[in-house]
Amino acid sequence: MQQSRDQLLKAYRVMSRIREFDERLHVEFATGEIPGFVHLYAGEEAVAAGICAHLSDRDYIASTHRGHGHCIAKDCDVTGMMAEIYGKAAGLCGGKGGSMHIADLDKGMMGANGIVGAGTALVCGAALSAKTLGTGGVAVAFTGDGGSNQGTVFEAMNLASVWSLPAIFVFENNGYGEATASEWALAGGDIVRRAQAFAMPGHQVDGNDYFAVWDAMRQATERARAGQGPSLIECKMKRYYGHFEGDTQNYRAKEEIETLRAEKDCMKRFRAQVGEAGLIDVAALDAIDAEAKAEIDAAVKAAKAAPTPPASALMTDVYASY
Amino acid sequence: MASKSFRAAINEALKLEMRRDNRVIVLGEDVAGGRGGSANVEEAWGGPFGMTRGLYKEFGATRVLDTPITESAFVGATAGAAMTGLRPVAEVMFVDFTGVCFDQIMNQIAKIRYMFGGKAKLPLVIRMLYGAGYRAGAQHSQCLYPIYTHLPGLKVAVPSNPHDAKGLLISAIRDDDPVLFFEHKAILGMKGEVPDEAYEVPLGKANIVRAGKDVTVVAIGRMVHMAEKAAAALAKEGIDCEVIDPRTTSPLDTAAILASVRKTGRLVAVDEAYPRCNMATDIAALAAQEAFGSLRAPVRMVSPPHVPVPFAAPLEDLYIPNADKVAEAVRATVKHTSSS
Repeated sequence: MQQSRDQLLKAYRVMSRIREFDERLHVEFATGEIPGFVHLYAGEEAVAAGICAHLSDRDYIASTHRGHGHCIAKDCDVTGMMAEIYGKAAGLCGGKGGSMHIADLDKGMMGANGIVGAGTALVCGAALSAKTLGTGGVAVAFTGDGGSNQGTVFEAMNLASVWSLPAIFVFENNGYGEATASEWALAGGDIVRRAQAFAMPGHQVDGNDYFAVWDAMRQATERARAGQGPSLIECKMKRYYGHFEGDTQNYRAKEEIETLRAEKDCMKRFRAQVGEAGLIDVAALDAIDAEAKAEIDAAVKAAKAAPTPPASALMTDVYASY
Repeated sequence: MASKSFRAAINEALKLEMRRDNRVIVLGEDVAGGRGGSANVEEAWGGPFGMTRGLYKEFGATRVLDTPITESAFVGATAGAAMTGLRPVAEVMFVDFTGVCFDQIMNQIAKIRYMFGGKAKLPLVIRMLYGAGYRAGAQHSQCLYPIYTHLPGLKVAVPSNPHDAKGLLISAIRDDDPVLFFEHKAILGMKGEVPDEAYEVPLGKANIVRAGKDVTVVAIGRMVHMAEKAAAALAKEGIDCEVIDPRTTSPLDTAAILASVRKTGRLVAVDEAYPRCNMATDIAALAAQEAFGSLRAPVRMVSPPHVPVPFAAPLEDLYIPNADKVAEAVRATVKHTSSS
């Protein structure tokens, strides 16, 4: 392990906040108070944490419809996120985006995205800006196993390679694209094999293992920042909830999620790994969990109490000038 | 001031803006052309229609980027680059090809600013050739600007002459919103007076091409020339047309159109786009709602029939609205009033 105690605590804090955020949303969504579609990231926390540990505000990410984890890992304000999900004026997008469009460009977060695979092309542009303007930044596209089959994704990987862009394509193979298993939908079985076709290094890692994700991303960012071009990282794990909240998940065996939570959980694994190495005591991690719980609870309360956008907001923000 | 072609006007606008602002980049298929070829030429084409010729030589590979044939990726990259500090000008050879990157235009570019609560700017331009008359068949001849005019978040420019092409493109590049820029392939060689220096023609400001008192003729893009030709012929018959070129369909200069309709009491809308939900129907609806009391005759729309663009020359000629069809529509509006 090449990470300091502070880095590890930070990583655990990210995972803990994501877990608490989405577990709480699962509960709150069931009350009927949250409008629209919500897609939960729980079970995939090690990916967002391991990838974004290598990024700062000058680096950009483009996310997916399942974006809460990416937003938190990229340091978006959770109070603003929660208000956005509730459709409130205090939301990060003024209540005009919702769960699927949370964005904060100041944090290098180019948006969750309602269109599967679309963010990969945006990332080519952010990486082009970084290269042209010499910022030293990299741009990361998160895509799911479902998105991995979209034509735009292949186009974006090809373009990033042809232009030698500082872009990183992270595929979160979480087992299912909506209700269809990735094992069925992915010709060739593994997404990582597609890296070879576009002349970029490919890494396949256990998405439940923060350290494996972190190390693959270390290599990818080093390569990108050195001007050597894009990389692909495939992270394999499974989401704990349905495609969307309300999904009956009748396509999954009943015991699948129980087994995942008991045996594969990324946070339990992280605790075991740092514990065995004697790096961090359990009490410090418990304290982080308690802080996260309190923070998210406050965010939910604030979001519920916050006012909705005024009618005047309907017509603004379409154009810079018209 | 010198006489320059539409093509030269576009080229000059790009060159001047690239000199003025080093955040302006140009990207697209073969905008330089020749990369990797056995002739070892760095700028073989300067754009499939020569619109970007000389840019690569002056600004180099960092700012003039050839792309693979990959509209979805490079139009999406245009959006991503615009969100993060560049001012990209993409060339999609023919508007027909935007079918393959429609998501990036419709769901990303048009919506990002609104979805993000105004916290993003997308200063980008997508240049495209459009229009019939080139014997190019159904997939290389469409207009399609009504589709993009339909989408909030986009601006749409359809210049009809070299002077406006240069001025509108400069405005589009300096604008902080995404602008879809339509260049009619049948008028690329058309010449007109174009000042050498940079100048802006504002987006959303119509041009009264010809003042008149009897009938308002609103025409889009290349159709402005059909309307002018018709107006010249009709003048000999004693019918005085006012010809309006909106220059941009989004924003649309509704004030200029309505002021003219209120003056003349008659409207003919001319649009080369398919007849359903095109600019002619949009302008007709505008007049019906806002100037009904001024109308002395039913609004006439001159558009092609509701068919794809045919290849065979006689069929394509039959398809495209021309000055005779415009004149016929104008006469009908005048006759209606005289006979009622």
